Amino acid sequence: MLAYIVRRLLYALPILIGVNLVTFALFFVVNTPDDMARMQLGVKRVTPEAIQKWKVERGYDKPLLINAEASGLSTVTDTVFFQKSARMFVGDFGRAEDGRDIAREISGRMGPSLAIALPTFILGLLVTVTFALTLAFFRATAFDFWGVVLCVAMMSISGLFYIIGGQYLISKLWRLVPISGFGAGLEAWRFLILPVVIGVISGIGSSTRWYRTIFLEEVGKDYVRTARAKGLPETVVFFRHVLRNALIPILTGVVVVIPLLFMGSLLTESFFGIPGLGSYTIDAINAQDFSVVRSMVFIGSVLYIVGLILTDISYTLVDPRIRFE
Amino acid sequence: MMGFQIVVLWSDVLIWLLVAAGVGVGFLIANNPPLLAAWRRVGASRVGMASATVLLVFILIGLLDSLHYRAQLESKAGQKASYAVEVLSVLDALAVPLRSRNEKTYSEPFATRLYSKETIDVPGQGSVRDYPRLKYGGKHLGEREDEVAADAGFTAFRAAGLAFVGWAMLAALAAAVVARGSAMAEASGWQRIWRGETVFAWDAVLITFGFILLCIVPLFWLAGQYHVFGTDKVGQDVLYQVLKSVRTGLIIGLVTTLVMLPMAVLLGIVAGYFRGWVDDVIQYIYTVLNSIPGVLLIAAAVLMMQVVIDTHPEWFSTAAERADLRLLALCFILGITSWTGLCRLLRGETLKLRELEYIQAAQAFGVSSWRIIVRHILPNLMHIVIISLVMDFSGLVLAEAVLSYVGIGVDPTMTSFGTMINNARMELGREPVVWWSLAAAFSAMFILVLAANLFADAVRDAFDPRAT
Repeated sequence: MLAYIVRRLLYALPILIGVNLVTFALFFVVNTPDDMARMQLGVKRVTPEAIQKWKVERGYDKPLLINAEASGLSTVTDTVFFQKSARMFVGDFGRAEDGRDIAREISGRMGPSLAIALPTFILGLLVTVTFALTLAFFRATAFDFWGVVLCVAMMSISGLFYIIGGQYLISKLWRLVPISGFGAGLEAWRFLILPVVIGVISGIGSSTRWYRTIFLEEVGKDYVRTARAKGLPETVVFFRHVLRNALIPILTGVVVVIPLLFMGSLLTESFFGIPGLGSYTIDAINAQDFSVVRSMVFIGSVLYIVGLILTDISYTLVDPRIRFE
Repeated sequence: MMGFQIVVLWSDVLIWLLVAAGVGVGFLIANNPPLLAAWRRVGASRVGMASATVLLVFILIGLLDSLHYRAQLESKAGQKASYAVEVLSVLDALAVPLRSRNEKTYSEPFATRLYSKETIDVPGQGSVRDYPRLKYGGKHLGEREDEVAADAGFTAFRAAGLAFVGWAMLAALAAAVVARGSAMAEASGWQRIWRGETVFAWDAVLITFGFILLCIVPLFWLAGQYHVFGTDKVGQDVLYQVLKSVRTGLIIGLVTTLVMLPMAVLLGIVAGYFRGWVDDVIQYIYTVLNSIPGVLLIAAAVLMMQVVIDTHPEWFSTAAERADLRLLALCFILGITSWTGLCRLLRGETLKLRELEYIQAAQAFGVSSWRIIVRHILPNLMHIVIISLVMDFSGLVLAEAVLSYVGIGVDPTMTSFGTMINNARMELGREPVVWWSLAAAFSAMFILVLAANLFADAVRDAFDPRAT
């Protein structure tokens, strides 16, 4: 098991290097640091000296890949690539435009992001799996039909509508919970409940439909027919056999997003003013803070790759037929 | 006679190219019995055809909005003709009443007065603070301002009557087509449609079309006298903005698939067919792209593109061209981030196909790899490609709104559902609430996406071999 995990981690390394190269190419080759400086400084103050100063302050004045002037190891290390991209591997993300340390900012903002994303994820999974199970149980009835119609309608509504509509109805019209903001400690639930509920509702449509097809696929299998043939009542067939077997693809399918929960949600966090990583990213995009966006891209890919590894491990845990070889 | 100069934007070229490709594929399908049979199944599906009718109306609006020109400015005789900076489309020309009748600021749907109070000079009473009359909305009513409901209702009723006449004519046409197609003359075409006996779901098409006509004709009739969906902050008619947004949504949904399709198909098949190091390289590329969270990759790419556009203002002669190029760049970026899923599917399917006997036989006969791919593998993957194309469309239209909100979507000057929502979002805080812009944008988007989703389901049911 341990050897398997280590091997998977080693597989991940070339992918991370690839991600790093892609972001490096995007941020430094498509546009030169001069272009970025001009953009950041605005149109009025662009003098060659100002650009040079901006670049020196942020360490963009070095050569991109190979520093011919330096000697020894620093031909490679004293470059933009090494200083800005390669050092992300050890968790050094540098500083944002406002001078704050990005790594510290990220670790501080993970908490609020998780406070929204984790309940949304768990509640959402419970609600959608239950709904899908009910639909599959009453398959080929009017209830199933209208349930699917509801799902298709719900997945055709923009996610923005759920947020804007929910905020308007519940916070502004009925004044049940604050419209946005975040509090620490026990009082935080008042701020959390609305984004979580909206997050759950907006995910219902597509997930329910997806899980319903998984359930239906499982219902058509031979072992279900055997279970019925030996005289088990339909409820037992459903909850003891179908549910358990269908949960395997459902659970292994959602494992990949668990690490990404740390990243938070861009939309929810910015609408509800939650100081998490999602709103951090949006602010960085709006302020065109390239170093923050670059760091978030890197962290996002690391978390995704962790999710892939977790998926593989979870397969082997729930399905004994799959071995680590 | 006003002259004009035809302007061809890149997105126009692509969208008409897509239309041409659609016609071409149509001919290919007509000569390919299995594909034709699958499309016949789509045609038999009532829900599928009803949603296709709705989609067709949207596409028609989008196509009308994709023929651009610049109007000639008035000039003295002998002078060289000069053209307006503003790039207009055929849709703009058709919707002149909507485009040109701008109020000062917000006004509610069917309002005759402005949303905010102003100081008005009333002859004989000096200046009063009141809601001023709209310049255009309900102008024909004159003093009878309280009769809006009656007037609008009567006009809508008349227009609906006209819509019904139009619909009846189309229905008669459809009946004639059905009657010609059937050799047996025991029931007239009309009766067969009515009883739902036709193979093609004519009944669904006619009912949907009747419903659309019943909505659209009164809507546009009234739009000449009122602001049916109200006006926005700068007094522009919201209905006009909705019409303009359709093209943006369609381009994002269609051109993106045009970008991702060649990559996904080519790389997926090549990886699955040749295996070995080719497969390793292609898998590596799509794993790397896949592991970057989509929104962040798009954000990074759009930010970079913005720097390129801002530092090269000399590339664009009009603002429309700049917005257009940004739209295409967005499509391109969305395509780059979304081809991996289809590519993986096609690779897996090709891996299965290449082990089948008829491919092995072809290989044994010495048929070249390229020929095997084109003749034997590609046609057998078509159903996957078609299903994933129609399934992606609705997701892309929805994504545009979110991206525009985040600030990495289309150019702010370009009308789209996203920019409409973004501009109207803050106005919910006003008292009384300015809801009409948001409502119009969300409803139009909902109808478009719902139709696309339902159509996609019908296509999937018809093409998926597992379903039957």
